[in-house]
Amino acid sequence: MSTQIQKQEEEQAADEADAEAQSAQQQRRMERKRDRAESTERQREESAPRFGGRETRTLKVFRYDPEVEGKMEPRFDEFTVPFRQGMTVLDALMYSRDHYDSSLTFRHSCRQAICGSDALFINGRQRLGCKTQLSDLADPVRIEPLPHQEVVKDLVVDMQHFYDQMDAVEPYFQSEDVPDGLEEQRQTRENREKIKMSTRCIWCGACMSSCNIAAGNNEYLGPAAINKAYRFAMDDREEEELKQHRLEILEQEQGVWRCQTQFSCTEVCPKDIPLTEHIQELKREAVKNNLKFW
Amino acid sequence: MHEHDVIVVGAGGAGLRAAIAAQEEGADVALVSKLHPVRSHTGAAEGGINAALRDGDSWEDHAYDTMKGSDFLGDAPAIETLCQDSPEETMQLEHWGMAFSRDDDGRVSQRPFGGLSFPRTTYAGAETGHHLLHTMYEQVVKRGIRVYDEHYVMNLAVTDHDDPEDRECYGCVAYDIKTGQINGFVANTGVVIATGGPGQMYDHTTNAVANTGDGAAMAYRAGVPLEDMEFVQFHPTTLPSTGVLITEGVRGEGGILYNSEGERFMFERGYANNAGELASRDVVARAELTEVNAGRGFEDDYVLLDMRHLGEERIIDRLENIVHLSEDFEGVDPLKEPMRVKPGQHYEMGGIETDENGATCIDGLFAAGECACVSVHGANRLGGNALPELIVFGARAGRHAAKRERAEAKIETGPSAKTEDGVVESPVTLGEAGIGDEDVAADGGALLDAPAGEVVERAVERERARVETLMERDGVNHAEIRSDLQQSMTANVNVFRNEDGLKQALRDIRQARERYQNVAVSDPSRTFNTDLIHTIETRNLIDLAEALTLGALARNEFRGAHWRQEFQERLDDEWLKHTMVAWNGGRPELYYTDTILEGENKTYEPKERSY
Ligand SMILES: Cc1cc2nc3c(=O)[nH]c(=O)nc-3n(C[C@H](O)[C@H](O)[C@H](O)COP(=O)(O)OP(=O)(O)OC[C@H]3O[C@@H](n4cnc5c(N)ncnc54)[C@H](O)[C@@H]3O)c2cc1C
Ligand code: SF4
Ligand code: FES
Repeated sequence: MSTQIQKQEEEQAADEADAEAQSAQQQRRMERKRDRAESTERQREESAPRFGGRETRTLKVFRYDPEVEGKMEPRFDEFTVPFRQGMTVLDALMYSRDHYDSSLTFRHSCRQAICGSDALFINGRQRLGCKTQLSDLADPVRIEPLPHQEVVKDLVVDMQHFYDQMDAVEPYFQSEDVPDGLEEQRQTRENREKIKMSTRCIWCGACMSSCNIAAGNNEYLGPAAINKAYRFAMDDREEEELKQHRLEILEQEQGVWRCQTQFSCTEVCPKDIPLTEHIQELKREAVKNNLKFW
Repeated sequence: MHEHDVIVVGAGGAGLRAAIAAQEEGADVALVSKLHPVRSHTGAAEGGINAALRDGDSWEDHAYDTMKGSDFLGDAPAIETLCQDSPEETMQLEHWGMAFSRDDDGRVSQRPFGGLSFPRTTYAGAETGHHLLHTMYEQVVKRGIRVYDEHYVMNLAVTDHDDPEDRECYGCVAYDIKTGQINGFVANTGVVIATGGPGQMYDHTTNAVANTGDGAAMAYRAGVPLEDMEFVQFHPTTLPSTGVLITEGVRGEGGILYNSEGERFMFERGYANNAGELASRDVVARAELTEVNAGRGFEDDYVLLDMRHLGEERIIDRLENIVHLSEDFEGVDPLKEPMRVKPGQHYEMGGIETDENGATCIDGLFAAGECACVSVHGANRLGGNALPELIVFGARAGRHAAKRERAEAKIETGPSAKTEDGVVESPVTLGEAGIGDEDVAADGGALLDAPAGEVVERAVERERARVETLMERDGVNHAEIRSDLQQSMTANVNVFRNEDGLKQALRDIRQARERYQNVAVSDPSRTFNTDLIHTIETRNLIDLAEALTLGALARNEFRGAHWRQEFQERLDDEWLKHTMVAWNGGRPELYYTDTILEGENKTYEPKERSY
């Protein structure tokens, strides 16, 4: 009996938090948009040709190498790079590496915000290097590896924990009941729309790195893995039983209930995935799910 | 030393599909990849997957469009296989849960694409590749397939027989990026190379930084010919500042190209009176550059692509990703203004010569995906035909690598398929520079007829020695060499080509080779030494650039993406043949094989290509 009351309360709490979350979320998005518009405006004004010489930007880059003398003690190196409009933090890092110090180490590949390999801590915030315009940042630009992960070398962190958490939610379609041959499983547009944002995750790890709870608790599944579970739990092509199974995973001690709705994940996600909202929704589902079988 | 039945090198779309297929054959499979699988460049593909799925469409029509698109340089058995297997493979992805865009009735959506006679491009928003890559990686996780991620494969372990057709591949050598260890990987039944394209040869490309053609270069030096490398696709719509791609889906949905005089030039200047913006990519890329060169571009650099008239709802529904790309990387909101676009290097039609089962002329060595050339794209690839290529030929290569026994292939490979020697006058000596370079026969090669373990062990020793040398000496930084190479390729071996330019490129490539003799890695660390990796990659780019330019200089005609100023005609009598460049004793050897136009039920007759 008491558990039931507790569940109901939790559900109510989850709902309220959710409503709050949604409006806060919206506000944050609006703010971001406004900021962006303002900064574009500023850039336009500033990009009028300047008198004399080329403009430059300064990077302060975190350095560390467990093997190399002089780099075993973490330090910051400064690189001055010639600036042109449109240049990203990743461009500046590549410039520094190719022109100043070829041992400067960071992950990167696609240069277009899809491979998820260059999430960094830039001026105190988790961002993708390739998606961050230098002109949007205060100078000097401070570039550090993602916090809360072990540093392998310079800006490279160990991603294993992130991958393990992803694996823990059984991140694969499991329905055995698929049509034969060339028949597809039908899915409504609405249902695809519902999972759309959750399928956009590029595994960059920014959200995990920004999450206070994940930082203090290694067991917590964390926003990315929960979002991955959401992607499957909400996909109508999987049967109801599987959905139950997925919710059970999420309800465990280190699942959705650890989230304290701080929104830091949602704030940093470069793919604008409404992570906190997804977690809230799963909390609600979990509660409903349990009540139904009480 | 690691040992598995099948080693798949590369974990993009082709590698993942190969691994799954091999595992389904009962093989113990390992994926060895320099990037974690989800970081592979397949994730960047936007537009979609061609598959004849609907009433009114047929694999035969798809095959015809593909043959025509290829400017009749595709091989019919390969093209027909692609078009026959694609529907099933595409549906397989759906059954694995891929988040395709949907029609009102819940079926997967299809849209029109350039060069297609039916709207047969199946897609997931404007981020098809991302979904495809993740869906397949999920299946790899589900099956517990072993993944060695962040392992850089430096070379293959191949026997030293004189004739490449006698050689056998027993595995490969990889650098564990995290620890710096150089390890051997023994493959009991087969190695599948799926390392993707070499876009980094150019400095304006839609390709990822990791797309350095490693696998193709390794196979080439081990003795497998590179086929049709001169056919490089330049995509007509890339963002001028970064090379980020704006999918053909924009034109598929009705996007319009304008020049600075406000003309819809594809029609108004007569480049493609029927298909307009939806003509095939080579046609549109040339049209844009012609406009820019005639002074009708913007800032002497680009033209405009407008999709505002499609309406916000449709754009967000089908092309949302494009709005973000254009905003984030070019600062243009395409809901409010037209996007700036220009051609950029996009896809290498050529690659490792394989038959339709992914087999190469070296026993035990297979290839699939963009690094391979089974010859489905010929002189020009149709948009939406690469993703089906990954899954169709990835699956076939995986299956065959697992089983080893070869179903009779219709496409012959290797030196014995040669029909003609190639003749071309190069302004410089080609191939290995300097003396004392011991790895000539099969670079990384090993003992004749030795047991697999020994062959791999020797390849490992060679790589250790190579790395030792690179790390210990002082010398030039690879970045300078790479950047000069990229600039020369862009200046001389681009959309428009002529003899002087191609010769200049060969001179520049020679110079790159000579400088590379003194290349050195300055980062002394074993841990995550990207300096070392980029240095090895640069060598691979040089080898591929040379093969490409050589083929381009020799091909005295205009076909598909290969435009020659001096030769403005497609010469079917002389040039219905594939260019092969083989690494023969450290020198590129040029020869030709015939194009196969006989299909299952008919022979494809070359016709003039008009759109
Ligand atoms: C921006 C863009 C958009 C595109 N859009 C479309 C589209 O809409 N439709 C379509 O059909 N095609 C499209 N294409 C083409 C298509 O996406 C590519 O040809 C295809 O994804 C290549 O896949 P792949 O598996 O061969 O290689 P990749 O996905 O590039 O994978 C290569 C793999 O090899 C690994 N690798 C490389 N070198 C080594 C090494 N030395 N050691 C170990 N591992 C290595 C990498 O880590 C990676 O895992 C597009 C291409 C681009 C660039
Ligand atoms: S949810 Fe967003 S922030 Fe988190 S890993 Fe995925 S893309 Fe990165
Ligand atoms: S380089 Fe791929 S996400 Fe930034």
